[in-house]
Amino acid sequence: MTEKAIEAKKKGQKKSSEDYTYIGMVFHRLTRHKLAMAGVFMLIFIVLFVFVGPLIWRLDPNAQIEGLEGLFNPASRAHPMGTDDYGRDVLARMFFGGRISLFIGFASAISSTLLGAIVGLVAGYYGGWADNILMRFTDAMLSIPTFPLLIALASVFGKGVWQIILVIVVFGWMVDARLVRGLVLSLKEQEYVEAARAIGASANRIMWRHLFPNTLAVLIVSTTIGIGGNIIYEASISFLGFGVQAPFASWGNMLQNAQQFIWNSPRLIIYPGLAIFMTVLGFNFFGDGLRDAIDPKLKL
Amino acid sequence: MDNREVLVDIKNLRTFFYTEDGVVPAVDGIDLTIHRGEVVGLVGESGCGKSVTALSIIRLIPNPPGKIIGGEIFFHGEDLLKKNEEDMRVIRGDKISMIFQEPMTSLNPVYTIGDQISEAITLHQKIDAAEAKKRTIEMIRLVGIPEPERRFSQYPHEMSGGMRQRVMIAMALSSNPDLLISDEATTALDVTIQAQILDLMRGLQKKLGMAILIITHNLAVVAEMAETIAIAYAGKIVENASAKEIFKSPRHPYTYGLLQSIPKFTEKKTNEPLPAIEGMVPSPYHMPKGCRFNPRCPFATEKCREEEPEILELTPGHLVRCFHPIES
Repeated sequence: MTEKAIEAKKKGQKKSSEDYTYIGMVFHRLTRHKLAMAGVFMLIFIVLFVFVGPLIWRLDPNAQIEGLEGLFNPASRAHPMGTDDYGRDVLARMFFGGRISLFIGFASAISSTLLGAIVGLVAGYYGGWADNILMRFTDAMLSIPTFPLLIALASVFGKGVWQIILVIVVFGWMVDARLVRGLVLSLKEQEYVEAARAIGASANRIMWRHLFPNTLAVLIVSTTIGIGGNIIYEASISFLGFGVQAPFASWGNMLQNAQQFIWNSPRLIIYPGLAIFMTVLGFNFFGDGLRDAIDPKLKL
Repeated sequence: MDNREVLVDIKNLRTFFYTEDGVVPAVDGIDLTIHRGEVVGLVGESGCGKSVTALSIIRLIPNPPGKIIGGEIFFHGEDLLKKNEEDMRVIRGDKISMIFQEPMTSLNPVYTIGDQISEAITLHQKIDAAEAKKRTIEMIRLVGIPEPERRFSQYPHEMSGGMRQRVMIAMALSSNPDLLISDEATTALDVTIQAQILDLMRGLQKKLGMAILIITHNLAVVAEMAETIAIAYAGKIVENASAKEIFKSPRHPYTYGLLQSIPKFTEKKTNEPLPAIEGMVPSPYHMPKGCRFNPRCPFATEKCREEEPEILELTPGHLVRCFHPIES
């Protein structure tokens, strides 16, 4: 055997892309995607920070240090990120604010994707007037200026975590609906859909069992990127004062709180700002990598 | 042969498509009878309405633009065209099954083949998951796929076209249907696999006794499989007889032309070109007046250009739609 042949045989023993299952292939491609890996590490860091941090650093995020000496303390051993304008520990507030921001990001992204998927599936599968009505409604929703309405809604429903999620979902499903509708329009012409009809499957069954799983790959990507966007959304809403209310922390309302002290204590803005920046960047990198990884036509 | 019970009786079926460019009479008065356990071949060129006939039977004509505008399809004596969607869903996949042309895309890529066959079973039979799995493995074995237990949890992309078509057959037969419609089921396969699939279908037909409607443009396929053959042209049946009769003594000029255009390797080598049917299939938007075959027919007369012939029984069991049938 020549050296080359031995080499080739060695290579042959390594797994070729044919040996992987779909999930395995996606995972394999993801690990080779540098930007996605950078995103993953950022997210791991954030998640550890937010969920493991409080187990080590056990300070009440809402506890205030009495007296004027407690306010605006710079970083010290007792308060690694210092204290804020009420004398609360910023590090502890970063932990808990992060939890709320992440929760809002996840919950709203998943719910809005699901809502969008339902609308898109029904519109795409049935077509005709159902499609027309749903898609024109989607267009109408897309043309509503969100922020003024948001403020109006906040005054009606009150302010809080669930209200923010509701608002983000109500104004966030349209893009997914269009995405899924487009996919379903092409998927429903596939022969396996006709085959499913020929074995007597109902419309509901075809939509949820046969079409929906085929849109999942795209939806997962859209959800991932959506989480980042929604965290920014939450921050913006909170920044305007219509989001998570004191004394509860979120990265957004920490920013809002800090804007008055931007010259005296810039760190109050830098920490939550940086956290939001990293989380969103992490989700975007990861989502992009995921999109590349799940596309079977793209050979990496 | 004709003393068997009538399973499907299609009478004057008319399915039209309403497109922007006009009305397409894809099926315009097709009559067809299928007896219990009979293998019937429906043969014709592209666009003659053979697939539309099949889809009309299980009522899966895409609407819009398609619509069944007339006729009757009796199945077990009941008119399928009068049934509602709910009732049809119970019949599809249970009493009437269908296999399609493209085995590569007829299976859902996100489910294992076991899942998909099980789905076909559990849709129509009230059995638990374990029982369904047992039955599924039985079906996979029945269609001649080796290692059914391992294949059960494989995905469609792990199988070849022939294997996938076997899976489709397993799905179609899982509820023991009375009628299996095979719509160009072997067309996309290469010739050796085609022969295997046909063998399998014939074997299963003998074993399970269902009737099969084979839709194809390939005369060799029906020659091998069918007892009765119906030749369709431009939305109508032009000749209907036993396979033997059709191949031995075709009476309609179109059938005759089709058979003439098959190369014969047994005859002495000649320098004659292979005979072909002159002309083209008429545009569905502009069907010729009179007999639809008249512009291409070497025997056409004035009468053929004016009047449309009825389908007549020339000899017992041999129906021909022609004013000037070829003498046998």
